[in-house]
Amino acid sequence: VNPHVDFHALAPEIVLTVAILVVLIADLIWPERSRWTSSRLASIGVLAALIPVITLAVDSDQLPRRLFDGAFVVDHYALALQAFFLVVAYVSLLMSADYIGEGDYYQGEFYFLLLTSVLGMVVMASSRDLISIFVALETITVPTFVLAGWRKHDEHSNEAAIKYFLIGVLSTAVMLYGMSIVYGETGSTLLSDIQHYLVRHPSTAPLFAVAIFLTLGGFAFKVSAVPFHFWTPDTYEGAPTPVTAFLSVASKAGGFVAMLTIVAFGFFPSQDSWQPALWILAAASMIYGNLVALRQTNIVRMLAYSSIAQGGFILVPLAVAGDGHAAISSFQAVVIYILIYGAMNLGAFAVVIAVARRTRSGEIASYSGLGATAPGLAITMTIFLFSLAGIPPLAGWFAKFVMFRAVFDAHTASSVVLGVIAAVASVIAFFYYAGVVRMMWFHDPLPEYTPEVRGAAVPPALTVAIGLTTLVVLVIGIYPQLFARVGELAFQA
Amino acid sequence: MDWFDDWALTLAVFIPAVGMAIVLLIPRAQEQLIKIVTLVTTLVTFGVGIAILARFNFDKPGLQFTVNEPWIKVIHSRYHLGIDGVSLPLLLLTMFITVGCVIYSWNHFPEPHNPKGFLALILLLEVGMNGTFAAQDLILFFVFFEVVLLPMFFMIGVWGGPNREYASIKFFLFTLFGSAMMLLSFLALFFLSKVQTFDMVTLTRLHGAGIVHSTQVLLFAGLFLGFAIKVPMWPFHTWLPDAHTEAPTVGSVLLAAILLKLGAYGFIRIALPMLPSGAQTWAPWIGLLAVIGIIYGALGCLAQRDMKRLIAFSSIAHMGFVMLGIATLTNFGINAAVFGMVAHGLITGMLFFLAGSIQERYDTRELSRLGGLLTQAPHLGWILGFCAMASLGLPGLAGFWGEFPAILSSYDPTNPNGLWGGTSGTLWTFRIYMVIAAIGTVLAAGYLLWMFQRVAFGKVHAEFADRHVHDVHGPEWIAWTPILALIVALGVYPNLVFKITDPAVTQLVGGLNRVLG
Repeated sequence: VNPHVDFHALAPEIVLTVAILVVLIADLIWPERSRWTSSRLASIGVLAALIPVITLAVDSDQLPRRLFDGAFVVDHYALALQAFFLVVAYVSLLMSADYIGEGDYYQGEFYFLLLTSVLGMVVMASSRDLISIFVALETITVPTFVLAGWRKHDEHSNEAAIKYFLIGVLSTAVMLYGMSIVYGETGSTLLSDIQHYLVRHPSTAPLFAVAIFLTLGGFAFKVSAVPFHFWTPDTYEGAPTPVTAFLSVASKAGGFVAMLTIVAFGFFPSQDSWQPALWILAAASMIYGNLVALRQTNIVRMLAYSSIAQGGFILVPLAVAGDGHAAISSFQAVVIYILIYGAMNLGAFAVVIAVARRTRSGEIASYSGLGATAPGLAITMTIFLFSLAGIPPLAGWFAKFVMFRAVFDAHTASSVVLGVIAAVASVIAFFYYAGVVRMMWFHDPLPEYTPEVRGAAVPPALTVAIGLTTLVVLVIGIYPQLFARVGELAFQA
Repeated sequence: MDWFDDWALTLAVFIPAVGMAIVLLIPRAQEQLIKIVTLVTTLVTFGVGIAILARFNFDKPGLQFTVNEPWIKVIHSRYHLGIDGVSLPLLLLTMFITVGCVIYSWNHFPEPHNPKGFLALILLLEVGMNGTFAAQDLILFFVFFEVVLLPMFFMIGVWGGPNREYASIKFFLFTLFGSAMMLLSFLALFFLSKVQTFDMVTLTRLHGAGIVHSTQVLLFAGLFLGFAIKVPMWPFHTWLPDAHTEAPTVGSVLLAAILLKLGAYGFIRIALPMLPSGAQTWAPWIGLLAVIGIIYGALGCLAQRDMKRLIAFSSIAHMGFVMLGIATLTNFGINAAVFGMVAHGLITGMLFFLAGSIQERYDTRELSRLGGLLTQAPHLGWILGFCAMASLGLPGLAGFWGEFPAILSSYDPTNPNGLWGGTSGTLWTFRIYMVIAAIGTVLAAGYLLWMFQRVAFGKVHAEFADRHVHDVHGPEWIAWTPILALIVALGVYPNLVFKITDPAVTQLVGGLNRVLG
């Protein structure tokens, strides 16, 4: 019997798959000089995939659409995150276009791999089954192993790729092992079945706690939560910067979405087993990430540690979700934080790429005097960094705000302690973000960067990427309701 | 004119933002155009302020010119603006001083010049300051309160003196820490109140109903940290002398005249009415820190060798009087506090202008190298003398009406507890404060006259004997005359402010009395 398939619900994935194939084939048959079109094709493909996401959202009476016995669900939560992933992918493409085009690298493959990873993310948003979550996560991760090693004649890039690959494979193995025990215990891979089972059997075997711990540990690698973060700084520094931006936003968000889905729709009733683990991950990531970021001299490494710390902030609401009535506001907080984090972190990386095009340096010292020589880049970088620090009226404040709100909603001793750690961590974080800002505005330009070097034009695609992200950070900072509403739709009380 | 009543505050807050956007779009080279746009923006904003004053109903205690629209529905936060008699004088002061700052900067932008950046920051600062005084929603208040930080950070860090990096980051971190604590208290207020809301009007009306005394004390501590750092009260003042010393002249003026008021305003608007029982317990301690600040600031002044640093320490002392007035929780004391804020804004603002002008002429602010200003620039010298007199609280000038009633009000505080709990010690606690504060005014006369003497009297120091010193010039006259006139006007007829503040303060204190019994 053929199962009934709702093709409208699958349309984003289908469009993206077609785009992937077109990019791959175009690269094969088109002559060398037309290769640059791959970037355009990929961008069009991503934007085209947004159309069905929008039509699905407009047709909201039909939501949620459940396919394959509930293993694949299209609801507001899925659509919001799919839209987020596609927009992030589009901005990443804008950021990569000139970098890849000028590097004599293979063009088509880059876009093929990037889009494949995006396909994994889009599938992830709808997955409600351990197996489909696993497959989606691997679809996200495997192409990025190759992307991280894109500069193949550069040892750092090779190191980045191999580290990322080995640890990624290890974490996959750990996660799969955990999932297999979950299946053994509950008899299903479907999250809704697992949830029902846990409701019916509140006191589960200790083995099950271990299984949850292993599963979440696997995700902790993906989102580089301390102590599973060791690959992050080296991989981020060695990989081509546009890929780093993609890893630190899209791929990381993919991991968080997987975690959120599994906790919210599956493991939720068994909070005693996942809550302490997440609490430790969140606290350790915030403390360690922020403290180590203070000592960095390379901007990409600093942003790497900053992204570890930001990951800690994202985990805070998740770690208190089981307390009190905090579940809904916590899950909303995670979604809102991911959306805002995506905009500000991508923007910061876009400026890093633009500056590195001129100075050929990633040292923070090379930002000295940027405010005098390239005010536009310096102003936007200031906006992104202060937004990451959570200073109003830039979007970051609202992300931090909803995080603290969830902590207060939970209102338990452990959640308050976590909230205090988060508050102290935010103040520490301000130091290193402000350090770069001081470098840009309070110091004189370094003599080795002549005005010609400094004045080189920023390519249009990169300008659009910076402009878009700046706009989001400013608009959401002043009118957060736009993203707040998305979060509210994703998780309704 | 209903249209105006609905839009007046929105215009007052966002006209400077529009002006800033225009300034940012003008190429950097067109300095004249940038200056004109900025001046017009601040003048139009001030015009809106005058129109608000003209249409303001002075007998009505409640909020006027209110706007209440949804803003962030998900967290129940609204775009709620409104002003009453407490906020109106401060709002007008902000608009007024900002115009003066733009005019003063006209021909002397500090190094590294760049009028575009400098003026854009002043306009952004005005958005934050006006917004803080108009906001009636805690989250909105928080956002505006923080908006002020960034421009001041850059103003000190880019245009400041030699030690500017240290001073700017210190300023930022102190305030950031305070406002983090403040935000946590806001959130707790939201979750613990009888009605879950960030609306300041509702929370004021509730007077902390449903929050037990011990929790109120704790939440008040959080708010206290946020506001006391901004005021700044001893012992949280250490950022202030550094920030003032390093900031460019206009930055110092805005910092002293307006930014410090945000903290004291927060006490009156938020901390007292929303957590009355917490305020009752904390009041004697606030009073204690206030009088310590008065004496400490005065002694600090006497030890200074730098003119600007001296004025900075005098700010700590003067804000001590404001906080003492607030700590009495009396009608008289809080009226005095608001008057004191306006007076301090005008007088200390002027003193910082003068310090800047003197430094520009002598390239130094060291008191030991200055002298004989009256012989070289008599107008400048006499204005300095006038402001010193105003600052020490000479009757007939504005400074008097801030200090004297504040001291008087602590003779008979009705509501606060004594230092060791209960109401038993209230009288002696505050009467001792009164005596100490009175001694503080004597010290104030001492250090201000001493400063005036060092700078204006005597002979010109040998190294400057041959220097041609320009007396007060055009833009300075234009910027300063209205301020000086107001110092006299408010001194002669203080009712100009008291008439505005009194109905609002009476309502506020009436509410406190009802709750505290």
